[in-house]
Amino acid sequence: MKLTGAEMVLKAFEKEGVSTVFGYPGGAILNLYDHLYDSSIKHVLTRHEQAAVHAADGYARVSGKPGVAIATSGPGATNLVTGLANAYMDSVPLVVITGQVPTFLIGTDAFQEADITGITLPVTKHNYLVKDIKELPRVLKEAFHIATTGRPGPVLIDFPKDVQAGKGEFSYPEEIDIPGYKPNVEGHPGQISRAVKTIKKARKPVIMGGGGVVRSGAYEELKEMAQKGNIPVALTLMGLGGFPASHPLYLGMPGMHGTEAANYALTEADLIIAVGVRFDDRVTGKLDTFAPRAKIIHIDIDPVEIGKNISVDVPIVGDLKKVMQNLLHRFQPGETGEWLKTVEQWEKTVAIDKKERDRDLIIPQEVIKAISDVGGGDAVVTTDVGQHQMWSAQHVRCENPRSFVSSGGLGTMGFGFPAALGAQMSNPGKTVFCITGDGGFQMNLQELATAVYYRLPVKVAIINNSCLGMVRQWQELFYNRRYSQTLFEQGPEFAHIAEAFGARGIKVEKPERVRDAIQEALDTEGPVIMDFRVKTGENVFPMVAPNEPISKFMDRGDA
Amino acid sequence: MKKILAVLVEDKPGVLARVAGLFSRRGFNIDSIAVGETTEPGISRMTITVEEDSSTLEQVVKQLNKLVNVLKISNITEDPSVSRELMLVKVKADPQNRGEIQQIVETFRGKTVDVSMDSMIVEVTGDDEKLEAIKLLLQYYGIKEIVRTGNIAMVRGSKETQSQ
Repeated sequence: MKLTGAEMVLKAFEKEGVSTVFGYPGGAILNLYDHLYDSSIKHVLTRHEQAAVHAADGYARVSGKPGVAIATSGPGATNLVTGLANAYMDSVPLVVITGQVPTFLIGTDAFQEADITGITLPVTKHNYLVKDIKELPRVLKEAFHIATTGRPGPVLIDFPKDVQAGKGEFSYPEEIDIPGYKPNVEGHPGQISRAVKTIKKARKPVIMGGGGVVRSGAYEELKEMAQKGNIPVALTLMGLGGFPASHPLYLGMPGMHGTEAANYALTEADLIIAVGVRFDDRVTGKLDTFAPRAKIIHIDIDPVEIGKNISVDVPIVGDLKKVMQNLLHRFQPGETGEWLKTVEQWEKTVAIDKKERDRDLIIPQEVIKAISDVGGGDAVVTTDVGQHQMWSAQHVRCENPRSFVSSGGLGTMGFGFPAALGAQMSNPGKTVFCITGDGGFQMNLQELATAVYYRLPVKVAIINNSCLGMVRQWQELFYNRRYSQTLFEQGPEFAHIAEAFGARGIKVEKPERVRDAIQEALDTEGPVIMDFRVKTGENVFPMVAPNEPISKFMDRGDA
Repeated sequence: MKKILAVLVEDKPGVLARVAGLFSRRGFNIDSIAVGETTEPGISRMTITVEEDSSTLEQVVKQLNKLVNVLKISNITEDPSVSRELMLVKVKADPQNRGEIQQIVETFRGKTVDVSMDSMIVEVTGDDEKLEAIKLLLQYYGIKEIVRTGNIAMVRGSKETQSQ
């Protein structure tokens, strides 16, 4: 069958089960868009390429399927870079197609030419520049395979205009053989036996689960291991939802803004079973004081992560779900009764400090708690980055996997709103909240147009503290209260902006109005922007200063 | 201590950039890198010499392994192996001291490959130690220019480094 390059891409989408793509057209990708015009594939037109890739990211995180984004060459492609880096850091499967100038113009600084494969080398799992249509079917197959297997990640295909227009024989490969890409999924049986023995001997074990739990779908296995072994569980930001927050063995999130229970338990533990985590500095604090008495079993699909930051006693490379299943077949619980009693004494949740409050001001954490209560455990929550993100991690009770979507590794402001649109696209019946800040929301608020056009009923809660809260907090704590460029004294009326785009806008200034506003938003069809005016200067606690032991919480009085 | 990696890669555009870029962005120190064809069509071999401790080297190897175009990595530092580098040196030389320089070159089993009125080009092959030794001697006369290929290495005996 002879097809044009552009047709081949759409055929590959069909073969891979892609029903929705996100993108933005332009000169060098016109041929693909021309064929999309009569395709059954739903294309969501965002208002900025960055939003397209974030939306594809949100779509992938919630659905578990690869997200697809399309942009033109040059500026269209460079606008994707942040989104690619974001997906790469958080191991999100994306296939991204960029237009490119025709092959005969490549390297001439042609109009809207950018070396996007060169630019995105460090932020993609792999990328391709397809110069010959004969390679295209194989490249498409490989791209989906690489994006979705092993440690997932974004794969970019740069697609010159003449290759889009050219014709070639199309047969989509059924089999795949990439000699340099063979992820190890099974896990070494000898190491698994060692892990079984180590767990049996442990008296103070803790399971630390991360994004890998969610990516590999190992929730049931995690729960089974915790329950069989009576082992408490801490979840990193990326792991939230991988273990039910209401479970009695749940300790909360560890790290810089972690709970007392999670941080103390990791510090006191004699064994850490680290599953799908990468020991990020925000989790470990000062490395040489992290888990000083613990042996470490580290299970991860990516061999690079094992031994990168922390030396490991039992390394197991493999797919988490598979490895945990194998481990559970031979599992023998240790005696952890005393340990659980110790752990019980520590705070597993974060209390909201209510003393010396001005009763007329909304407490930001209360808004987030209310969203969690009113929305129930079933909603999807996306966040931006900063204080509201940490408060969300602390106060949203995540019961289900793939229900908490946040930019963990890269910490991308502007991610939350487009990610919420993608999340909603993947699951039209779900309630999707985007908890954001007045800073983050302004980085991609043009997407209100997308939300309104596609009638995506996303409920956006802006925790509006008229400042860049987290940066301001650091200035308060570590930079002598010199608030350099962090105070937004003249913020916009977000409710008016929402109305101007055709969405519903609700401004909330009184604490007693918070729950009603959330209910009103839920009762409203279509997108709603809630502008919660909260106190400037509220800080995120608990807090461990950077590069300090995670057991050393700062005193709230320091603030 | 210097470590030598024999790396088999797919012979595709951009592969060298992927490998070199990985070293720079992960903060690994690369001493030299040499690339050329192998007996297998479509596969190139890189000899990468790095100056890293063993835990960093482990990261280097794992990170390289993650590159889709990288097929195989062998750390041949500990293996009995032959390693060679070729160096061209343009050294200041006048008719009076040419003979003297020629003697040094012969001692190191090098070759004089070009002579002009006030300089000559010397070609020497060997391991790092040998090249450094002759360089030191030639510095006495004044070195105008140096170019080196980077180290290449092969394990002794019948053991082969192949992609499969």
